[in-house]
Amino acid sequence: MSVSENNHVNAVSVQNVYKAFGRRPESIVKKLKEGATREELKSQGMAAVIDASFEVPQGEIFVVMGLSGSGKSTLIRTLNGIQPATSGTVEIFGQDITKVNSRRLRSIRREKIAMVFQHFALMPHRTVGQNAAYSLEVRGMNRSDREKKATEALNLVGLRGYGGQRPDQLSGGMRQRVGLARALAAETDLMLMDEAFSALDPLIRKEMQDQLLELQQDLGKTIVFITHDLNEAMRLGSRIAMMRDGKIVQIGTTEQILNDPANDYVAQFIQDVDRTRVLTAGEIQEPPVALLGSEQGPRAAHRLMRENQTSSLCVVNQSRVLQGVVYEHDIAEGVAAGKETLSGLIKPMPATHEDTYLAELMTAASEHAAGLAVIDESGKLLGVIPRVTLLNAMADPTPTSSVQTIYQEVAQ
Amino acid sequence: MIRAAETDGMGIPRVEVGEWIETGFNWARSNLGEAFTLMRNGLETLTEDWLETLLTWPDALVLSVIFALIAWLVRDWKLAVLTLVLMVSIIAMDQWDNAMATLALVLVATGVALVIAIPVGVLAAKSDRVSGAVRPIMDLMQTMPALVWLVPVVTLFSIGVPAGVVATLIFCLPPGVRFTELGIRGVDREVVEAGHAFGSTPGQILFRIQLPLAVKTIMAGVNQVIMLALSMAVIAGFVGAGGLGGEVARAIGSLDIALGFEAGLSVVVLAIYLDRVTAAVGDGSGVLTKLLRRSKPAPEQAQPKEQAEQQATAARDI
Repeated sequence: MSVSENNHVNAVSVQNVYKAFGRRPESIVKKLKEGATREELKSQGMAAVIDASFEVPQGEIFVVMGLSGSGKSTLIRTLNGIQPATSGTVEIFGQDITKVNSRRLRSIRREKIAMVFQHFALMPHRTVGQNAAYSLEVRGMNRSDREKKATEALNLVGLRGYGGQRPDQLSGGMRQRVGLARALAAETDLMLMDEAFSALDPLIRKEMQDQLLELQQDLGKTIVFITHDLNEAMRLGSRIAMMRDGKIVQIGTTEQILNDPANDYVAQFIQDVDRTRVLTAGEIQEPPVALLGSEQGPRAAHRLMRENQTSSLCVVNQSRVLQGVVYEHDIAEGVAAGKETLSGLIKPMPATHEDTYLAELMTAASEHAAGLAVIDESGKLLGVIPRVTLLNAMADPTPTSSVQTIYQEVAQ
Repeated sequence: MIRAAETDGMGIPRVEVGEWIETGFNWARSNLGEAFTLMRNGLETLTEDWLETLLTWPDALVLSVIFALIAWLVRDWKLAVLTLVLMVSIIAMDQWDNAMATLALVLVATGVALVIAIPVGVLAAKSDRVSGAVRPIMDLMQTMPALVWLVPVVTLFSIGVPAGVVATLIFCLPPGVRFTELGIRGVDREVVEAGHAFGSTPGQILFRIQLPLAVKTIMAGVNQVIMLALSMAVIAGFVGAGGLGGEVARAIGSLDIALGFEAGLSVVVLAIYLDRVTAAVGDGSGVLTKLLRRSKPAPEQAQPKEQAEQQATAARDI
């Protein structure tokens, strides 16, 4: 298969997957399909995953989010067949792993799928380096090659020089780095991460999340990430699947879930989310109403403002690089003074990048009436965030009774 | 023929369990006689001709020093000194040859027991069904009064060392199986899952993950096997296994208190030595482990933790 063809295949494609535990899982699944609920079947066994379907395109971080007992850990284990699905299909890069024999399944696991575990699952009798090299050893790679690759992976996660230590000599955060290095050393395109950062303390967790995002950007891996922490889900996920009682209740981007929760359960969940630390400038930016070329004069600016009913304009040069902002009263003075150019009239404008969280924009927004500009690395203007937009984005879409709208006609 | 039991069994018929078992043993003797003869000869050669000869070939003092060296390798010089004192005390009681005969019997019984017990334990850990089937057999072997085994063993193997070995084997096998099963079942589930997740074969999982991680528990089992073998080896003296057990049997027969205690104390001494050494092998605290670890390729220079955390942070910031 050629590379270009390969890119059209989803990394993961899950169709109607059920997973039940008990003496007769098939009969539990059959009853579920006939409409029985999880509660009704409790006496016969446990319906861990009920009718899950989703697709993960290559290069995406797909987060499955749910509380404990929601079936998310079982779901991720159906993806590499550690817990084979009772019914349904699981395709990994187009290959249905529910229909292959155990030998083939092992080779798919070796070549395509790596996994990171909640409690690290390192082998205490092996050194850090031997742990990182485990997947390569299983594949039968010779010692010097696998040691080299393991060392590279350890360097990548910031554990240079730790290869000879034992896992029990490391702190929790460092152990999980070893877990991550072990998964990276396997050089698989798909990585499954089961509550990988949940056992770490908050500071280390944030550090690991940042590191993961960076690694993903550099290496372009597809990641399926399980978590019970919505903030983590929203920080990491390109898309998020919300799970409850074995079912996926909603799949969507951070924005979709925040602004359009599928049901009360999801709505309840997102209530506590600090939107300012989840939403980014890129997600809420708007196209600017009008742009003023830096070579134009105050008259043109005045006309543009009048046409667009605005009191400020972003100024850009010919290659759309942001120069600053002009305000109505300055322009009015400029016109009155008969100025031909904008020199002296342009005021500084706060600018930020697309991936900045809203929390970091507050101070700048409060100081500048024109709001903020969003620019790319070369300084080109991508969009603007007026103050009202910022306020709106932070607001919970669910109506509240603590604010009344008062309107009284004044008697003539 | 079925007749009513003589107790107040309310008409429950007398079941001749004992007779059935005896018939079973008799059948085995007359039909599998050659197999038992073969086993008998094998055990005899192994125990008496090889191990016992080997253990009695060097001078008692030389061997004592060798035992002390082993103790030093697996633990430390303190255990080595203790070993030397213990061994010399056996020589002083003039029980050295008997002690070596018993040691040979214990080692053979233990070796055979482990060859059987560890694979069975592994199977029992893998399958609940095997585990369920094996457990009552283990109970039977372990709780049946030890002397009861002696009679059928003698009928199959006749008087002598092999009978002693087999009787000992029956008694000391169960903890080997139990501890192996326990050890393997006790391996962190997530670690085994990790093995599967990276595509390990069942053999790789067993030999690279489960057995190495269960080794402490298995060694505790080995320790138990040896201790039980030693206690049974004395009883085996009654079926002509010789050694310290033979002395004890002789002392009982002739009401010889002095001989009884000298042989008995020698057993205690052997027990202490074997217990300490196997326990030390189990926790891997000895000089030998350190030497083995040192001989591996030297680990790269490791920095203190804080420095590495900083490095990790720096790596992220780049």
